[in-house]
Amino acid sequence: MASAQDTRPPPSVGLFATCLIDLFRPNVGFAAVKLLEKAGCRVTVPRAQTCCGQPAYNNGDQQTTASIARQVIAAFESFDYVVAASGSCIGMIKEHYPRVLKNDSNWCDRAEQLAARCHELTAFLVDVMQMREVESSFAASVTYHDSCSGLRELGVKQQPRMLLSKVGGVTLKEMEDSEVCCGFGGTFCIKYPKISERMVSDKTANITATEADCILGGDMGCLLNIAGRLKRQGSLIKVYHVAEVLAAMTDQPAIGEGES
Amino acid sequence: MQRSTSEFKHQAEVALQDVTLQRAMAKAKGGFVDKRRVAVARLPEFEQIRAEAKAIKEHTLAHLDYYLDQFERKVLESGGQVHWARTAEQACSAVLAIIGGSGKQVLKGKSMVSEEIGLNAAMERAGHTVVETDLGEYIIQLADEPPSHIIAPAVHKTRDQITALFHAEHEKYGLTELVTETEDIVNEARQVLRTKFLSSDVGITGANFLIAETGSTVIVTNEGNGDLTQILPRIHIVTASIEKVVPSLDDMTVLLRLLARSATGQEMSSYNTLSTGPRRADDQDGPEEFHVVIVDNGRSEMLGNEFHDMLRCIRCGACLNHCPVYSAIGGHAYGWVYPGPMGSVLTPLMIGLENARDLPNACTLNGRCGEVCPMSIPLPDMLRTLRFKEHERKLSNARARWALKAWGWLAQRPGLYQAVTGVMTAVLGRIGARAGRFRSLPLASGWTQVRDLPAPQGATFQRLWRKRQ
Repeated sequence: MASAQDTRPPPSVGLFATCLIDLFRPNVGFAAVKLLEKAGCRVTVPRAQTCCGQPAYNNGDQQTTASIARQVIAAFESFDYVVAASGSCIGMIKEHYPRVLKNDSNWCDRAEQLAARCHELTAFLVDVMQMREVESSFAASVTYHDSCSGLRELGVKQQPRMLLSKVGGVTLKEMEDSEVCCGFGGTFCIKYPKISERMVSDKTANITATEADCILGGDMGCLLNIAGRLKRQGSLIKVYHVAEVLAAMTDQPAIGEGES
Repeated sequence: MQRSTSEFKHQAEVALQDVTLQRAMAKAKGGFVDKRRVAVARLPEFEQIRAEAKAIKEHTLAHLDYYLDQFERKVLESGGQVHWARTAEQACSAVLAIIGGSGKQVLKGKSMVSEEIGLNAAMERAGHTVVETDLGEYIIQLADEPPSHIIAPAVHKTRDQITALFHAEHEKYGLTELVTETEDIVNEARQVLRTKFLSSDVGITGANFLIAETGSTVIVTNEGNGDLTQILPRIHIVTASIEKVVPSLDDMTVLLRLLARSATGQEMSSYNTLSTGPRRADDQDGPEEFHVVIVDNGRSEMLGNEFHDMLRCIRCGACLNHCPVYSAIGGHAYGWVYPGPMGSVLTPLMIGLENARDLPNACTLNGRCGEVCPMSIPLPDMLRTLRFKEHERKLSNARARWALKAWGWLAQRPGLYQAVTGVMTAVLGRIGARAGRFRSLPLASGWTQVRDLPAPQGATFQRLWRKRQ
């Protein structure tokens, strides 16, 4: 965190909202803003953003992907950093935009430069902003799902756990196979629902076996999938994005829970 | 083998309902993963060996013609013969010509390339009897099934199933006792196979490696049956694909260190056997004839193209063992010889993308296969590249393509996108507020048939953020 003697201007962060947070869970977006501001960043949410382009990319449409990539780069390249509360979308921007645009001489350098400044939220807070304290409390036992892109493309593993350990009242109960895919996989889960069902059921069984009150994770796709399956199974386990817990913003009903 | 790759989705759904298969898969999954993890953790230089292995394979592929020539020369020098086959048909013809005649009893050790070229069927059509000698292959031969895993062909079978199978099939040898313990099952197979070993005319094996500097072929097994297959019959035929060649014995040892650890979590497989030419005058045993059939079957086209890296594959099966989709459905659902991630790349390249459209898509791109691949093959990237090709060739589902196109169009117009999504989430948010989720929703059955859809909170983040500013 910026120290008192630090005279440098606060770093500017362009928040990539991500389409799923934008549509389903704005609370996570606000939690991310709160955490980033707490860490001393000046946060902007560029208007010209929709989605990172993964639906097109992973369904084979390179042309649409490239257009969306250019749109994201143009909207975000003026910031010191680009941060999203999603390993999946940051993985896309960081790892894949340079590849998507590698034959486009005007854009490949810009893609590379942006890639170097992109961070998943918890990794950014811990690794870049050196956040070591969290002002939040959450009296619950939680288990953590490591989303695949964040884990394997970006190395997000310890950062959310370290931050969670600073939240008052939280006990972490690790599940079996926390690093195994939950069966979301973007459009995979609607193209192959039965295979996805098996995978997410394995995941919810591992979650349930921990006897934790709550399952947390860093990617809305996985969390919607896991919450949807848990609710279908009649489970009472609550699902939150890790940012909501870290920012003390769990006053909203959990993912998939109603007002009643 | 019979191909049913276009039935993937249906086969996967059947496999998910197959209680016995699910029991066998559940048992296998953890074993492979845990053993590999322990083996890799015990070898601090694993990453270094991995890099070295990749370099060896890349060097070899860059000079493939040179090393294959050298290999051929060395085989000839040691008194063996080399047969080149561009296609599966040519490879089968070459093997049949070596065997000659009809009505021979042929032993076969485990060889995935022989499955790929359909060798058993070709030999049976020519009137020969084929006996698989690898225990797993023997079991599935009795069951008249293809392998479901590249190193554990019968991994989909439970012990109870094998007991029943042996009971039914071994009665003709006078073995009528019901064997239920693993050791007894193995002993019974040994008894039956031993008579075959001593009475066969030809032994066919695959090869994990071909050593250019010595003209040796290498097999790696845990049973020793492969050794008997290549030593006892009069003729030994090796079927191997072009990318199996490595320059030297030193190179082989590097790859062997990765292979066993990645495959079974062993530091070394029990038998690592080199065959160099036929029996020499002062040898106590060995075949009188030694033939190597080297198969291309589409591989040379992969050299230098976007699937080049796939030619580094050493067939360890780690990508299968770590693939959550493979673990859920088993190997048969994939519909051809090579299942799992490596198969989902190779199969479309070998039989045509139009015949295997589902395979590159039936993957969440979770990256675990690429992470464990000892040869650092970027499997997820290649699966995605195949999706690019499907899209270009319009092989993907037309409705999905149109939906994607509409979404893509909207996603490139942020203002309009935000207006549309703003209305959508407001409506869904209002309807879903009380329950917090939807049990079903028009146009979302792919999602809601297996899980609820959490309701949006009501307004989009963009809208709320602008309001707050």
